[in-house]
Amino acid sequence: MASSSLAQHRAIPIILGASTIIGAFVVLEVLLRMGVVNKYVVPLPSQVVMALERIIVEENIFGRMRETAYEMVVSCVMVIVLGVPIGSLLYRWRSLRSAVLDWIAAMAAAPLVLAFPLFLVMFGRSPTTVIVMSVITGLAPIIIKTTEGLLGVRPVLINVGRSLKLTDAQMFRMILLPAALPTIFSGIRLSWTFVLISVVGIEFLINLGGLGQLINDLSERYDLPGTYGAIGFVILVSVAFFMILERVETWLRPAK
Amino acid sequence: MAATGQVKTPTATMGWAKSGRGSSRSTNMIRAGIFFGMAISWEALSRSGLLFRDVVPSLFSIWASIWKLVASPVFYANLQVTAWEIFASLAIGSGLGITVGIILGANRFLGAAYEPYVYYIAPTPRIIFFPVMIMWFGVGVASKIALGALSCFFTVALSTAGGMREVDKVLIRVGRSFRATPWQMATKIYLPAMRTPVLNGIRLGFGTATVTCLLAETKLSNQGLGYMIMQIYARFDMPSLYGLLIIVFIIAGVGNLILGKVTGTSA
Repeated sequence: MASSSLAQHRAIPIILGASTIIGAFVVLEVLLRMGVVNKYVVPLPSQVVMALERIIVEENIFGRMRETAYEMVVSCVMVIVLGVPIGSLLYRWRSLRSAVLDWIAAMAAAPLVLAFPLFLVMFGRSPTTVIVMSVITGLAPIIIKTTEGLLGVRPVLINVGRSLKLTDAQMFRMILLPAALPTIFSGIRLSWTFVLISVVGIEFLINLGGLGQLINDLSERYDLPGTYGAIGFVILVSVAFFMILERVETWLRPAK
Repeated sequence: MAATGQVKTPTATMGWAKSGRGSSRSTNMIRAGIFFGMAISWEALSRSGLLFRDVVPSLFSIWASIWKLVASPVFYANLQVTAWEIFASLAIGSGLGITVGIILGANRFLGAAYEPYVYYIAPTPRIIFFPVMIMWFGVGVASKIALGALSCFFTVALSTAGGMREVDKVLIRVGRSFRATPWQMATKIYLPAMRTPVLNGIRLGFGTATVTCLLAETKLSNQGLGYMIMQIYARFDMPSLYGLLIIVFIIAGVGNLILGKVTGTSA
């Protein structure tokens, strides 16, 4: 009884949230049909829903998703391959850490993505530009979190490793890395979020590749339902991506 | 207490990590070494002819272009436009964000109903909303302000809602025991207690609004620093492109630093 009441308690706000969104779309549909809102600025929500099928069939959305996914996977792997060793290096050398960690933090806050024209000159209008730019954008959080995670390893664990006379490599592999993994994954989640924003954003800005280009193409054709539908689709993909990352992070977090 | 101290500095106590002297002098020396090392490597690469000269221009030409840009009235005209866009975005986005954040943070039920939407849409790439903003507000400054405000809104709303929930319950009970009116509760209890998370949210919102406004300018605009970057790119004037990017990064950094100081001193 208690658990069913608790479930009901949790379900009511969820139902309210979802019904508000649906209600807002219904009101918008009515206002558009009544001519209160301009149809040439905001398309009918029903048209947007219908356009989704057209986007999937005619605009090769799965092919575009593959292109975006390719850029994402390469960028995400490179961010880990570069970020974790750099973070570990900064952990190991304290002087270097105190010298450059502020710079890296500043890099995380800087509008680095604005440098995309530079990379357009270097690599041309190609996926390489998107990947390089995204790696640069996503690198800072993973470096900072790796260093933070390694610095936060409990001294007792390091003492155990030392008492077992582990080598530096063994200490890193068996003690430090597993203990710091939850924090490092927080960095991975942040970095991958930056990477996703950067990949889709640059695709949109330079009109190249996958989902970002799709939005640009449709808006240039003044296909209003298509543009809104594609934006909705990208939001859904992004939300799914973040939810998965969050689940993995929760799973990795040690139980309290 | 001692244990906490140990956890904070395990490298110093355990010695796995090479400690080094870590003094501010050695830190400055390392910084100077990295800076000059990179500068010398860059200049050597530029003069070596290994890479296309325009891709890696000489540091002297970049430095000269920075001075040229700083002395140009065109730069200040564009800076003014971008600064206005960022300021207006921040004002609108923060205003809406704080209002929505207070509502979601104050009411647990409304928070559970609507906050997940704000939370999950917050990290999506905001620049994709630009076509919508152009349709709604035109190709001028208004669409950039709207997009910047949208970017800023989510960060500020989430930070404010979180701050609202963390207000000390004792303070709220004290306010109620004095029979404070809702306005007095808001101005005397909630807002002072939430100052730090709200200011932090505004600081983060400033960063996202800056990036979004500048990116929107690179996409479709006829004024602003983003537009200027694309004009220089179209002329293939690489020293000026590097120079302008350095200036933009410095301006964004200084803005962030000022807001950081405000947040820090207010905390």
